[in-house]
Amino acid sequence: MTPRETPPETTAVTLRACAKTFPDGTRALRPIDLEVTGGETVVFLGPSGCGKTTLLRLIAGLERPDPGGRVLFNGEDVTARPIEKRNVGMVFQSYALFPNMTVRDNIAYGLKVRRVARAEIDARVTEMMDMMHIGDLAARRVDQLSGGQRQRVALARAIAVRPRVLLLDEPLTALDALLRERLRVEIDGLLRRLGITAIYVTHDQAEAMALGDRIVVMSHGAIAQIGPPREIYHRPVNAFVADFIGTINRVPCAGSDGDPELVFRPEDADIVAPHEADFSGTVTAAFFLGDRTRLILAGPGETPVVLDTRERTAFDHGQSVAVRVRPDVRMDLAAMAEAGTAP
Amino acid sequence: MRKPVTFTLQLAFTLLVCAFLLVPVILSMLAGVTANFFQGLGSGLTLRWIGEVWGLYADTIFLSLLIAGSCLIVTLVIGVPAAYVLARQGGRLARIIEETIVLPIAVPGLAIALALIVTYGGIREFRISWAFILVGHVLYTLPFMVRSVLAVLSSIRFRELEEGAASLGASFWQRLWTVVLPNARPGILAGSLMVVTLSVGEFNLTWMLHTPMTKTLPVGLADSYASMRLEVASAYTLVFFIMIMPLLAAMQMLGRERRVRQPQNTSTRP
Repeated sequence: MTPRETPPETTAVTLRACAKTFPDGTRALRPIDLEVTGGETVVFLGPSGCGKTTLLRLIAGLERPDPGGRVLFNGEDVTARPIEKRNVGMVFQSYALFPNMTVRDNIAYGLKVRRVARAEIDARVTEMMDMMHIGDLAARRVDQLSGGQRQRVALARAIAVRPRVLLLDEPLTALDALLRERLRVEIDGLLRRLGITAIYVTHDQAEAMALGDRIVVMSHGAIAQIGPPREIYHRPVNAFVADFIGTINRVPCAGSDGDPELVFRPEDADIVAPHEADFSGTVTAAFFLGDRTRLILAGPGETPVVLDTRERTAFDHGQSVAVRVRPDVRMDLAAMAEAGTAP
Repeated sequence: MRKPVTFTLQLAFTLLVCAFLLVPVILSMLAGVTANFFQGLGSGLTLRWIGEVWGLYADTIFLSLLIAGSCLIVTLVIGVPAAYVLARQGGRLARIIEETIVLPIAVPGLAIALALIVTYGGIREFRISWAFILVGHVLYTLPFMVRSVLAVLSSIRFRELEEGAASLGASFWQRLWTVVLPNARPGILAGSLMVVTLSVGEFNLTWMLHTPMTKTLPVGLADSYASMRLEVASAYTLVFFIMIMPLLAAMQMLGRERRVRQPQNTSTRP
């Protein structure tokens, strides 16, 4: 309803040597250091079991780091504070909406708990519902809502209390693809508008690229790489990151500069005349996608090569294709690994 | 062609079984309002016997209600927090404790009563008070409360709800009163009805634990069957039915409501 007053002071989140070992001995996180600047959206990306959710729960205060680990909000040590004293907003994968309350009561819950005056609660809840386009659902019970509506209620509930940090744990995973795309755009707009520090956990690389100012790629309880989406995509530090974000080809053949291996993205190679080619392969499958054709080639290596081409001609099964990788966009994983994972 | 025949046979059999079960009950209740059972219904209907039951056994009815009410309070105070802690802890220890609580159902009531008498029988004031019976009833009904609440807690994924409430700033007690207990209500309600029904009808344990001054309704029933004329005993049965039927009906309705609501919940989930 009312436009935001002065943007709230943003909160930086700092993790110092945060490791997590569960009581049964499982090592979920190796000691992790991380700086999230105020107002930034950081995405934790990785396969399931990589520790991304545990790291988020450490920041939330739902888990304590192993002794020695510290969590700081704007330099203030909050490690010992439970979640209810950290003033964070959290959106859970299952939404965790309260089935015994209406939509309005769900959104008002955090304000009621804080003993905010009734008139102000009403105003703020209405503002949140308008912002999330769920004003007409106010009196509904949670079990009468669709998945997308629940998601919106969960978001409204989390931001109604004006948290210092917004934490989102795979918030779109339970939705179908189309809805996911739409809500992704909405969440992106929301985060920009609020200017709030946000940490978003997902295993979906498209979501991570779309939403993150920076992406933290995680693997086996450690950070594999931190950087803006472009950097992660174009300059992955190792094969794991390269593989996890987008598709990558590794062709064992000496390029013009004498590397033992050509590493490149499907869109970074062209079909050329045989004498200009780095290598050639036979077409085993061709998928016409409209704007491009995706070819699967049986190449010189053991693994098939994936190639995206804008050529308008049709490709036949078994056809031989000569390929040249654009020299300026080749990846050199060995050199990247040496350069280290410095964020 | 064969189906109608099968159906008719099944229906006949079902009705026969129902009659077998219901006719004695109905006859017994009728006997309680018949002027003279041996002359049959022709002797006329009367409320005299019920009046006599009231005169002779009103105290047993009140004691039964008092014990059932107290039993409910105790099982609520012990059982609900116990179920919460068990659901929260999980793991082997929690399962062992849960099984231990259930033991009194498997052990014959008489054996429990004997154990109580052997252990506490020497404390005279306790032995002759109705609290002695209450202890037996609590032992016997507690597992029903714990199990019922546990089942609901695990079905509503209360840990996530609690984390959600905590993330919004709610303290432990706020979470408990505003989120956990309201959402566990169906289980608490079902458990409560079960406890009251079982306590009102309990005989085995109570028969061993009672003294002439602490007779509950079922013990009084046994007494009246043994020593009163048939019409009085029957009228007493009628009173018992009138007390227990609404409880049973409420229990059934609650169970149905839960069964109806659950599929609805899953179908609206995307």
